[in-house]
Amino acid sequence: MCTVCGCSAKTEAMSNNETLSIHHDHDLVIDNTRIVKIEQDILSRNNALASNNRALFIKRGVFSVNLVSSPGSGKTELLTRTLTDLVDYCPMTVIEGDQQTANDAERIRKTGIPVTQINTGKGCHLDARMIGRAVMELNVMPNSLLFIENVGNLVCPAAFDLGESRKIVLLSVTEGEDKPLKYPDIFHAADLMLINKIDLLPYLNFNIEKSIEYAQHIKPDLNVLQISATTGEGMEAWYDFIRAGHTAATRSIISE
Amino acid sequence: MHEMSLIKGMLQIIEDQAELQGFSKVKTVWLELGKLSHAEPESIRFCFDIAVQNTLAAGATLEIIRTPAFAWCMDCAQKVSIKQRYDSCHLCGSFKLSPIEGDKMQIKQLEVI
Repeated sequence: MCTVCGCSAKTEAMSNNETLSIHHDHDLVIDNTRIVKIEQDILSRNNALASNNRALFIKRGVFSVNLVSSPGSGKTELLTRTLTDLVDYCPMTVIEGDQQTANDAERIRKTGIPVTQINTGKGCHLDARMIGRAVMELNVMPNSLLFIENVGNLVCPAAFDLGESRKIVLLSVTEGEDKPLKYPDIFHAADLMLINKIDLLPYLNFNIEKSIEYAQHIKPDLNVLQISATTGEGMEAWYDFIRAGHTAATRSIISE
Repeated sequence: MHEMSLIKGMLQIIEDQAELQGFSKVKTVWLELGKLSHAEPESIRFCFDIAVQNTLAAGATLEIIRTPAFAWCMDCAQKVSIKQRYDSCHLCGSFKLSPIEGDKMQIKQLEVI
């Protein structure tokens, strides 16, 4: 029976529950909807892929760092210097992320270290799927270092776990001291903050102590190192951080 | 924040669930967006309406549930409400706060056919 008009006409194809929609034209729509519980994070797919990456790095004893910053803070210069100074330490690979061009990958290639460039096009951050694919292309070796240079962006990379061992945020002294307050999410997500271009301090009004104070408002236990990738000042402490991470990563496979 | 990227993530979840739970059309999406989460509600709405065109969620209503932010104050040793991530504790003034609630971006449920 049609529960709207009460008519009894019914085709054989209709079950007892089917009503007006087949043979009547009413304005009313019978509600046959249901509620489906989901309770899934929007980023669950990326997080799952990031976990896969992380598990692979742990299994292979790879220490991976995700370098994030504004465009122009000196990530590529930091990397080229690091790769040159640590060239005899252990195998290393690099994943470069930019919207367009392979310019950064070219600079890395000149150091002789294997590198792959990801161009995100309109995208503003690297994600775990991109890293997973790049890792397969690069054939990242066991007991090695993997450096990921993210797209220059202090906003979006905060939300996208790549599966890295550590997230490093770079702030240069040519930027404002209050960047950590303006972009809290990325500083909160970081494991280490590098203040770069300290060789330029004599020419600027940048207040380093204030900058560290702001960063530690956002993340009280954030470690901070002050460096110049150009002159090499302060870089040894950065290398100690890398070596310690690498040692821990390689030890974890030996202990399994 | 690039809300379009997040909406694409939502659509993937919805499509996966459509297969798993056997539905073909979505009428309503309830999305929990914590006050500390990485998304701006108006941008989410805007991007949602565009991105769902020609998908199983075309024309769907988006209900956004805003949840408040709370942090654990390490000096007071208690849960306190905060408005923004870098706020100080309104009870003791400490900055040693660890966010514990209000940073979720979660699809809670769907109304489907």
